[in-house]
Amino acid sequence: MPKASLKNTLSPTNLLNKQHLYWLLASLALILAIHTPNLPIWVTASCGLFGAWRYFAVNQPLLMPNRWLLMLLSLLVGLAVLLSFKGQFGRDASLSLLVLMTVLKLLETRFIRDYIFTVVLAYFLIGNLFLFNQSMLTFALSIPPLILLTATLIHVSLKSPQNWQFLLKLAGKLLLQSVPVMLILFVLFPRIPGPLWGIPQDAYSGMSGLGDNLKFGNISNLTLNSSVAFRVQFKGKLPPNNQLYWRGPVLWHQNGNEWLMPSKRIGLRNEILATTGTAFDYTITLEPHNRNWLLLLDMPTLAPAGGNFTHDYSAVSNQPVRKRIRYSASSHTNYQLGTALGEREQVLSLQLTEGENPRTFELVKSWQSLSAEQKINKALQMFREQPFIYTLRPPILRENPIDEFLFDTKRGFCEHYATSFVYLMRAAGLPARIVTGYQGGELNPNGNYLIVRQSDAHAWAEVSLQGQGWVRVDPTAAVSPERIEQGISEALRDSDELPLLARGDYPLLRKAFLNFDSINNSWNQWVLGYDDKKQLEFLNQLTGKKLGLSDLVFWMTGAIVLVMLATSYFLFRQVKAKLNPAQQVYQQYLRKLKRVNLQPNTGEGALDFASRAAQSLPSYQQQILQIASSYNALQYSEQSNDGVQSDILKQLESLVAQLNIKKP
Amino acid sequence: MKNNEKITMQTVLKAIVGSTSQVILGKQTQVKLSLACLLSGGHLLIEDLPGMGKTTLAHTLAQVLGLHFRRSQFTSDLLPADIIGVSVYDRATSAFQFHPGPVFTNVLLADEINRATPKTQSALLEAMEEQQITIDGETHALPKPFFVIATQNPKHHIGTFPLPESQLDRFLMRVTLGYPDAQSERALLKNQAGRHSMTGALIKPVCDVNTLISLQQAVRNVHVSDQLLDYLQDLILYTRTQFSTGLSPRAGLGLRLCAQAWALLEGRDFVIPEDVQAVFASVVSHRLAAENSEISKQILERVAIR
Repeated sequence: MPKASLKNTLSPTNLLNKQHLYWLLASLALILAIHTPNLPIWVTASCGLFGAWRYFAVNQPLLMPNRWLLMLLSLLVGLAVLLSFKGQFGRDASLSLLVLMTVLKLLETRFIRDYIFTVVLAYFLIGNLFLFNQSMLTFALSIPPLILLTATLIHVSLKSPQNWQFLLKLAGKLLLQSVPVMLILFVLFPRIPGPLWGIPQDAYSGMSGLGDNLKFGNISNLTLNSSVAFRVQFKGKLPPNNQLYWRGPVLWHQNGNEWLMPSKRIGLRNEILATTGTAFDYTITLEPHNRNWLLLLDMPTLAPAGGNFTHDYSAVSNQPVRKRIRYSASSHTNYQLGTALGEREQVLSLQLTEGENPRTFELVKSWQSLSAEQKINKALQMFREQPFIYTLRPPILRENPIDEFLFDTKRGFCEHYATSFVYLMRAAGLPARIVTGYQGGELNPNGNYLIVRQSDAHAWAEVSLQGQGWVRVDPTAAVSPERIEQGISEALRDSDELPLLARGDYPLLRKAFLNFDSINNSWNQWVLGYDDKKQLEFLNQLTGKKLGLSDLVFWMTGAIVLVMLATSYFLFRQVKAKLNPAQQVYQQYLRKLKRVNLQPNTGEGALDFASRAAQSLPSYQQQILQIASSYNALQYSEQSNDGVQSDILKQLESLVAQLNIKKP
Repeated sequence: MKNNEKITMQTVLKAIVGSTSQVILGKQTQVKLSLACLLSGGHLLIEDLPGMGKTTLAHTLAQVLGLHFRRSQFTSDLLPADIIGVSVYDRATSAFQFHPGPVFTNVLLADEINRATPKTQSALLEAMEEQQITIDGETHALPKPFFVIATQNPKHHIGTFPLPESQLDRFLMRVTLGYPDAQSERALLKNQAGRHSMTGALIKPVCDVNTLISLQQAVRNVHVSDQLLDYLQDLILYTRTQFSTGLSPRAGLGLRLCAQAWALLEGRDFVIPEDVQAVFASVVSHRLAAENSEISKQILERVAIR
């Protein structure tokens, strides 16, 4: 005869069967696979090893490690994480440790209680995906493990076995049903301005963007990165491509190979901006880059909220940009900036390290008699007419880099042209500076916005002319006009190794990408960008009232408390309504016995409980047994109308009232 | 029910239990369970190793209750006709004459029922269910009351035909005797009890068929309150959700009847949860294909009394 057993109950100490473990192993394997890019290789490998161990131990219970071996393994794993991350316990190390410990937990999972614990840990691991990346792709990737894990949980809680299609379907259905609740909470749950908790510093390590200095190779390195720097939505017409200069940090100070921003201590005067013509209004969604720059179209008239202008009109935010931000701005392409140069500015914009690049100085000597415009033209003419080549892979320059570049190698990227041009100008006595930022951008017809990538990073020059102020001169345009007119993909066509998405080939791929990017842009705007401000804006529109964060918190808390009160009232009433008078008196009696630590077990009848209680309280034996038999008579005997029942009830009441147990 | 009637009934019941327990020492619970089964009008399966007193229990009960008793030792060559009887051609009357088999009795002890072939087993089980037998198109009613007390040896399966679950369901109760305690064993060894004492003058019928029938009626009159039915249904539902096959409605009905009989044996005219619990293992465990009463104990520990 097959032995019957109480199977599939969720009692914590119930043993697991093979199916349960296979489900859990599969879920963890999927989660691990998605987390692989976030983990060191050795962590993934050891997790695979431990998982395989558990897999084989399913059929060979003797293979399960004992407690001491498990402790040793945990210690070793912890130590390995510590060593591997060199003691830096940030996001990456925590995830590695968590993943390893979860998989090790499998090796001691024999009972339902460990199992449920591991499942909850696995849910947490899925949530951790968003610590690394919050893109739509990550969201999409998080759904399959979510369904599989939920199916695992359903599988262990179901009473009768079901096939996997049923379980996955049910899990999907359950998750779909939770979507409305999720949406309501997403829209209504009060958003706290700023991050709720500090994300460890290493979370920002992967961000790329413009630096605060310029060395040869900086920008050409950035150009290899196809990730989006920011997206721009114009309110009206777009400026022509050759006006799309996105202003970033302005560099004044030359130090050998390196160009730097001027120190704040120098106290340069704020430049005065005068604009004419029509303004371009636009909104920028800036990807996080862990620096303060807020990029704006040359020349911005108003600093965006949360930031301000430096003296040389680059915008900086008060905090490093560590999450995607949106700001609106307005710019003019016809402008005059800083017409009168102060003494300090004069000095700084002519500063050069002494004793370097003698051949450049030699060349400039012959320009002494020329006017400022002529000097500029002379330099541009040189770039245009001599065989200068625009390339991503220039030869390495050593001592006197400007000399070597101008007279020997003649191969360079925008940073080479910008720096040598500014160098030439300064050597020739013209105040000049380098502006870094982005140039161009790609119009996405779906959604009509510009995508500006890291590969659009650029550097150009500004020269101060008497009466005209700082005038933008882009020497790269002299060498490679395509770069400015049509973008980097045209300028470097076929010759250099641009990232795939920055190239012009593969029109279908390009189109698919643009479609995807427009969806992604909406995702960024509406899902990730749904912050405290947007929430209030939305709710104000919805309700037609002016709500604050505190109102939202108040209403939300109120609603939650109300729902909870209503639920508990409903449940309590249900319980209360079920109790008849005899049961109510009996509950009173049970409370009295509870004071001396006597409680009926599940399924223990009044009489059985009474005899047990009488054994530990011999002096109350009679009363207790009497109460039990009266209660039984009231509960279970035939109901008659002759008043006997109410007599028994009265008797029971008085018996319970008299029961006064003193602790022994 | 009048009070003095109640009192006589209780005296009779006490006498039955008392007399039987004089032969089967230290097994009062099992004696009471068997009696409850018979009072509920159900058939009893006693399962234990050889020599544990199965036959003695059955025989004693029949004798104490003043019932006609027949015993049939089941073997693999036993045929249905050996149980229910056979029609034989009588030359004198030129007609078939029915010769009733051992089944025509009040208490039939089917010893080692699992040794007989399924064919024979089902012939008996049919008789158990229908309380009558049909042979050559003629229906013969069995005497009333009709009980089958079957015994089987659970361990030694070689050469046996274990009863299928569907047929196990026909038995209202399955009782296991188990080894006696030290004191009872000593008394047994001192020749103060056991089968031989049954044949002596020690055991006299304390009851007759009519009394038994009125006792059976009294069992059905024991009050079952709605609260108790709630509990009963919770128990049944629990087995249905926790096992691949739960308790059948017949099992539920049997459980109620046995609990009523137990309540009567306890001298109460209403059923309390403890009565259900007392008979639960015996009524339920063979239907849930459980080898021992551990499972039924677990069920009782998990279903709350409302």
